[in-house]
Amino acid sequence: MSCRKDLAGQLAAAHERLGGARGKQYWRSLDELAETPAFMALVHNEFPSQASIWPDTLSRRKFLSLMAASLALGGIGGCSVKPAPTVNIVPYVKPPREIEPGEPLFFATSLTHAGSAVGVLVESHMGRPTKIEGNPDHPASRGATDVFGQAAILSLYDPDRSQTVAHLGQTRTWEDAEAALREALARQRDKRGRGLRILSETVVSPTLAAQRDELLAAFPDAHWHVYEPVNRDSMYTASDWAFGRQVDTHYDFTQADVVLALDADFMMSLPGHLRYVDDFLSRRRLRQHGGNAAKATMNRLYAVEPGVSCTGAKADHRLALRAGQIESFARAVATACGIESGGSVIGGSAAGNEKWLEAVAADLQAHRGRSLVLAGDRQPPAVHLLAHAINDRLGNVGKTVHYTDAWDAGRTERTASLKELAEALDRGDVELLVILGGNPVYNAPVDLALTEKMQKVPLRVHFGPYDDETARQCHWHLPEAHFLEAWSDARAYDGTQSIVQPLIEPLYQGRSAHELLTLLAGAEPTPGYETVRRRWRREATTEQAADFEAFWESVLHDGLLADSAQPRRSVTLADNWQRHLGAGKTTAEPAATELELVFEPDPTIYDGSYANNGWLQECPKPLTKLTWDNAAIMSPSTAEQLGLAHGGYAHGGEHGGYHMPVVELRLNSRSVRAPVWIMPGHAERSITVHLGHGRQQAGRVGGADGHTVGFNAYLLRTSEQPWFAPGLELVPTGETYLLAGTQQHHLMENRELVRSATLGEFRDHPDFAAEPERKQREEQTQRGSLAIATLYEGFNYEAPKHKWGMAIDLSACIGCNACVVACQAENNIPVVGKEQVAAGREMHWIRIDRYSTGTAEKPEEFYFQPVPCMHCENAPCEYVCPVEATVHSSEGLNDMVYNRCVGTRFCSNNCPYKVRRFNFFHYADYHTPTLRLQYNPDVTVRSRGVMEKCSYCVQRIRHASINADTEGRPIADGEILTACQAACPATAISFGDINDKASQVHAWKGQPLNYSLLADVNTLPRTTYLAAVRNPNGKLSEE
Amino acid sequence: MAKTLEDAHRDLIGPDYTPVGHDFASITQQISSLVLRRHTHPGWLALFSLGNGLILMFGCVVIYLLVRGVGIWGINIPVGWCFTITDFVWWIGIGHAGTLISAFLLLMHQKWRTSINRIAEAMTIFAVMCAGMFPLIHLGRPWYFYWLLPYPNTMRLWPQFRSALVWDVFAVSTYFTVSLLFWYMGMVPDLATLRDRATSKLGRVVYGMLALGWRNSARHWHRYEMAYLLLGGLATPLVVSVHSVVSSDFAISVMPGWHETVFPPYFVAGAIFSGFAMVIALCIPIRHFYKVKDLITIDHLDVMAKILLATCFLTSYGYLSEQTMSWFGGENVEGFLYFNRLIGVAQYAPVTWAIVFCNVLAPQVLWFRRVRRSEVMLLIVSVIVLAGMWMERYMIIASSLSRDYLPSSWGIFRPTIWDILTYIGSLGVFIAAFLLFCRFLPIISMSELRAMLPGAHGREEGT
Amino acid sequence: MPQIFPPAMNIISKVTLFGSFVLAAFILWVCLILVRSSYGTGTGVVHVQPVPFSHEHHVGVLGIDCRYCHTSVEYSSFAGLPPTKTCMNCHSQIWVGSNMLEPVRESYRTNRSLRWQRVYSLPGFTYFDHSIHVHKGIGCSTCHGQIDQMPLTFQVPSLLMEWCLECHRNPERKVRPREEVFNMKYKPPANQLELGRKLVKEYDIDDPATITSCSVCHR
Repeated sequence: MSCRKDLAGQLAAAHERLGGARGKQYWRSLDELAETPAFMALVHNEFPSQASIWPDTLSRRKFLSLMAASLALGGIGGCSVKPAPTVNIVPYVKPPREIEPGEPLFFATSLTHAGSAVGVLVESHMGRPTKIEGNPDHPASRGATDVFGQAAILSLYDPDRSQTVAHLGQTRTWEDAEAALREALARQRDKRGRGLRILSETVVSPTLAAQRDELLAAFPDAHWHVYEPVNRDSMYTASDWAFGRQVDTHYDFTQADVVLALDADFMMSLPGHLRYVDDFLSRRRLRQHGGNAAKATMNRLYAVEPGVSCTGAKADHRLALRAGQIESFARAVATACGIESGGSVIGGSAAGNEKWLEAVAADLQAHRGRSLVLAGDRQPPAVHLLAHAINDRLGNVGKTVHYTDAWDAGRTERTASLKELAEALDRGDVELLVILGGNPVYNAPVDLALTEKMQKVPLRVHFGPYDDETARQCHWHLPEAHFLEAWSDARAYDGTQSIVQPLIEPLYQGRSAHELLTLLAGAEPTPGYETVRRRWRREATTEQAADFEAFWESVLHDGLLADSAQPRRSVTLADNWQRHLGAGKTTAEPAATELELVFEPDPTIYDGSYANNGWLQECPKPLTKLTWDNAAIMSPSTAEQLGLAHGGYAHGGEHGGYHMPVVELRLNSRSVRAPVWIMPGHAERSITVHLGHGRQQAGRVGGADGHTVGFNAYLLRTSEQPWFAPGLELVPTGETYLLAGTQQHHLMENRELVRSATLGEFRDHPDFAAEPERKQREEQTQRGSLAIATLYEGFNYEAPKHKWGMAIDLSACIGCNACVVACQAENNIPVVGKEQVAAGREMHWIRIDRYSTGTAEKPEEFYFQPVPCMHCENAPCEYVCPVEATVHSSEGLNDMVYNRCVGTRFCSNNCPYKVRRFNFFHYADYHTPTLRLQYNPDVTVRSRGVMEKCSYCVQRIRHASINADTEGRPIADGEILTACQAACPATAISFGDINDKASQVHAWKGQPLNYSLLADVNTLPRTTYLAAVRNPNGKLSEE
Repeated sequence: MAKTLEDAHRDLIGPDYTPVGHDFASITQQISSLVLRRHTHPGWLALFSLGNGLILMFGCVVIYLLVRGVGIWGINIPVGWCFTITDFVWWIGIGHAGTLISAFLLLMHQKWRTSINRIAEAMTIFAVMCAGMFPLIHLGRPWYFYWLLPYPNTMRLWPQFRSALVWDVFAVSTYFTVSLLFWYMGMVPDLATLRDRATSKLGRVVYGMLALGWRNSARHWHRYEMAYLLLGGLATPLVVSVHSVVSSDFAISVMPGWHETVFPPYFVAGAIFSGFAMVIALCIPIRHFYKVKDLITIDHLDVMAKILLATCFLTSYGYLSEQTMSWFGGENVEGFLYFNRLIGVAQYAPVTWAIVFCNVLAPQVLWFRRVRRSEVMLLIVSVIVLAGMWMERYMIIASSLSRDYLPSSWGIFRPTIWDILTYIGSLGVFIAAFLLFCRFLPIISMSELRAMLPGAHGREEGT
Repeated sequence: MPQIFPPAMNIISKVTLFGSFVLAAFILWVCLILVRSSYGTGTGVVHVQPVPFSHEHHVGVLGIDCRYCHTSVEYSSFAGLPPTKTCMNCHSQIWVGSNMLEPVRESYRTNRSLRWQRVYSLPGFTYFDHSIHVHKGIGCSTCHGQIDQMPLTFQVPSLLMEWCLECHRNPERKVRPREEVFNMKYKPPANQLELGRKLVKEYDIDDPATITSCSVCHR
């Protein structure tokens, strides 16, 4: 049924396109798309509907590769001389103003993630957006992006996005939907909207908020509910308790010497995390101190958490506690800081951590006003309350902690509001339910039984980008436009007003929420642009209004309204705040023996809304390195106690598939089956599961029509215990399940791959990292063994030639994967699917190796090491290639020439860093027209049977050098940013011309910390690393 | 009757490889009749159709391979080479015995080579044919194989002469050409004999063409001997060169477990080892089915068994030196790898120990004369050795790649059904080709055998 | 014993033996020629275009500058193909009636692009940039031939890699003064090499090693 429906939809869409709705040709008129788009769309759209019955998510590729390869077969004896092909070339009829054929343009806009906006710049080639970069002027970005920002571009071209209006699965037009809505609304208007309920996700757009208020004014008795599975409820509850008002808490890491993170992964998940990472690292970048190690100072981070997060991995001291123990730990810290918090000892299995506790408390008090305690959104209000209290007591407020009014205050309670809706539904006094984005049917707390209760509503309307689980439960489904297709505005984490402007006409029939709301308000359908612009004009100050056009232009240009952040406000802790710490509010300590289940938004597909994004599905989770699945993550010893100690990690080195035991997780009479994954460093007797998997109706990639990716953890999640719950039962099933990971070996086998030291050691011995290599060089030069006997003349890289090189700061890298996805977007890197990853064939050009010291059972420190191509000056890959497909450029780049490669794979075998990737099958998708639009036109799309690898984004190098040349000037330092470098929120990557003495990369490589990986193989890599330095607390490290 | 005579003879003057109880006519009669007899033995037909069946399957595998890509095999990153290259090295190695016997022993004036050199040479040709297929099909884009050849192209590019793969192209093709010439040259007088004895018109014409108008004139013989000797001289260095080049596919790399100076001699030894195992494995059934026990005598097997034993020691020395050097060299990475080969239970240790059994321990039974002279035992040992040598190459390739420098990229190779079918398919090619040889060409050199008879040379007359 | 073969066989056998080698060589030679032939490269082939546009008339006779239509040639990789608008600038006044131009007017009316046949098409993995070549003093006619004398446009060079390399390996043979780039009448002077070397220095054209690096054209 669904297949047929899809096809119907596709047909309609195709016809719609045939009509060439105005503006379409704006983006379509680039010459690559010679075929009639409608026809292509039809062809491709039929494919998946069949392919999706195959188990492998990417079987479609298999199917295509057959065809593609059979063509290739025609090329057997490519010696067969065939006449040059004839290609169409299609000019504009009337040239659009700003477009310069062949040259990319950049537009500023903002993307919304997790309830706040991040400013981005979008690269557009001939009218089609191809790449997203951070907006340097935007406070929430500062030029950086995260994986979600990088992958958003793929969602734009996702062929599975819903393409037409649908009623009960049948394709309809917007007019039909409007008629139906008008009729229903008319009835509501009479009864002041008593039967009208609207459910949306966090309202991030001020314009939308304004429209909401207008709507509620028109329907006084209607209700607007807000729900988001990953929410900040406990933070807002706590701020109510503490300050009697809803405030947002902001942190200033630049001022903090000592930071204590209570289950708070502020580097990856907090709103504004990109900014926080930059601020936090600004206090530990030893490279800033130049050569002078004595002056080096660093802040110190303590992390207490159940699972291993990026923040925990970067922490100088990490304490693994079960989520349920963190409150009592917080109480203990508070007590130690002299706050009456009714709880002085860490109870339960956490006993024995007193030493740790004392050290932390002492350190915090030693840095009054320069310390910071943050509580994670996963922790109950009490922990936030304690954090507020401690910061208050330590005098951090106004220094490292700031408060602002929560913008859109009063509408921040999520789950409570959903409960209310559920009751209303149950009472049956809802007649018209409009679900505005979000996917409650999939991700609402299971105890609310929302889906059943919804059925009582006579008219249910779903508005969203996908024809998802919720859409299937509604009468009407209205397609929502992607943020790159529609006008809007949004608030950043600090309230900064940001603009959202489209770069492309909607590919399908999607519309923006603004357009829908004008419709609901009963007004004539006005374009979103008008609505947004009208509000901005209304809000404009007098001098802005004076020349509104100029003002508007400047906003569009910058992508934001400068200095529009929420003003800081000073709040005082309520006198009676302690009473909220009474028995009722606290979380019960889990008994030592019982298991605890911890929920966590997935690091790559978040709450499930990115489930159909192949880049994110295939992006290895930062710590577990799992792809395409979630799992019941537990520590080695817990697994052993449960008799699950599958040899998994112990043998190690398995790069690819792993058969792991499947267990049944039982919690309050609900259960799901999940594969086990063993993560060294996880808290004992605690099991973490990632939300967002097990989608039923995500699409071909994320699960649809019977096949799912991973298991649905929401089935265990209740409104009472949204984040963690004791009393988990775990029953082995005896089955096994294939998990695909990209790295299972944790230990370095004493190979000094990541060189590290404590701050103290660094001060005493600044060049601890560089020394071995230097010694080796000296020795070699003495022995004269550096002179390589060869018939081939060597290269001369002396200035004025460029000498491209890269340096990566291991102290900075937080392992967030932004570089991995950015590289994938920039270089047209294909998605290969779970089976291929399991076979050890993932294609990422840059990977982040994760190592830990200590033992697998008790890891001490975690390290991240991004590994792109090293561009060795003595490249082992080059001399073994029989056809000169990988050769050295005169600027020292290790060029990979795809079209010359015959695929012997000798180069990869001989690469000590294993950074080369091979197209074992026909991975690239030449056929899906929308996906073809995403391809970067400056990078070849590789075919089957050729090797590929990191090129230092050579296309960017060429573009910059040609521009510089035609303008007759040298290339400026920082003019060329590699994709990974541009995306990195930690500014851990530097790239440039080593010959340029003023360049950043030259400075980095001059650092005492600079060392090259596997120097003793004498490959002379151009990519080098700055060794990792930590700042542990002496009291704790002496053991 | 002949039996006792044979023994008596042997007791008198030790092993003698001259065909006892034969004269010129009988030899010619016996061997040529194998070829010229009208009816074909059902056993032959059965085997031949088996071989062809395998070839058919091989064809299907290759077509599927071309359509889907090399991903159908178990290879991955880091293990980018495995079964195909293993098969390549293994087949090339087997080929070596042929040239060794025919050329090397010729120059050494080893009489015993005469009854087996034809078989050995044929085996070489077919083995190299099988080997040659693998480098081709293992390419990601096999249809561009010709980019490995130096030809004037429109890209103004040459092959990359520093790459061992290019050396392979030259080494293997040279080796094949020379072996083919050598084999054919040696056959010309016999082909003439067949031409003369053939009863059918077709036979006369075909063998006639192949015989290149040989007329047994003294002048012909003179030229023939000279050319044969020259070719022998030409071929001998190849015995050493080819496998040394093949070994450099690994030796020139920087990978632990590949980057070994011992590889060339070590590979050559292994090659001859497996080659002789193959010759023995072929000779024994042939003696039976073609009833030529009196031409390929038990002494022949005995002496080959001795060579097998000797080369077994050369190979074992290779293993020993590898392990010692890895320990002695003190290279962390390399040491880890070799140690891992011995104990990495989840990885390749089982293979390692299987190799030790097959290539080091099993051949030791050849110390006993009774074993060397028992066909069954010999057959078993040589098959074990063949398997062992295949595993050795597999181990060198797979285990080295799977445990290289960065633990983060360590991986394991697991063969797919296609890996296995590709290998079996190549066996089919060999079987079919070899059976054709047995049916239509003289499996033993009549002319050379005749030359060994008393009275073949003037000076022996009168004794 | 009767003869099997006639005496002629001696000759035949020898001829076939050595002939086979010659034949093989011949076949190879034919292949190599074919690849370079106009059949293989599409040189000199005139494609059927929606409108029989004549460079001879517009450039040769009317003397319109290249950049009037190919606007972005100086600062973009893509020389730019004139939008219908550009044609109509003139042809809304002159030749308004001619049937030949109907497709142009039709395109302008219906807002549907003209679909030209590419004359110079490079493979997808080859990245050519007009701006840098124009900037470094490579004239239009160097690659596009005497286009001012072409009634219908066709491809002049083979566009084979060896053709590119001829110039990239010794640019001094082809460079001309910048001001002459768009001059169709330009003839290289007698002292081209001398001038070339001077210009190579002046326009600081990178050394052959650099401009023959693979990633200059292949990414």
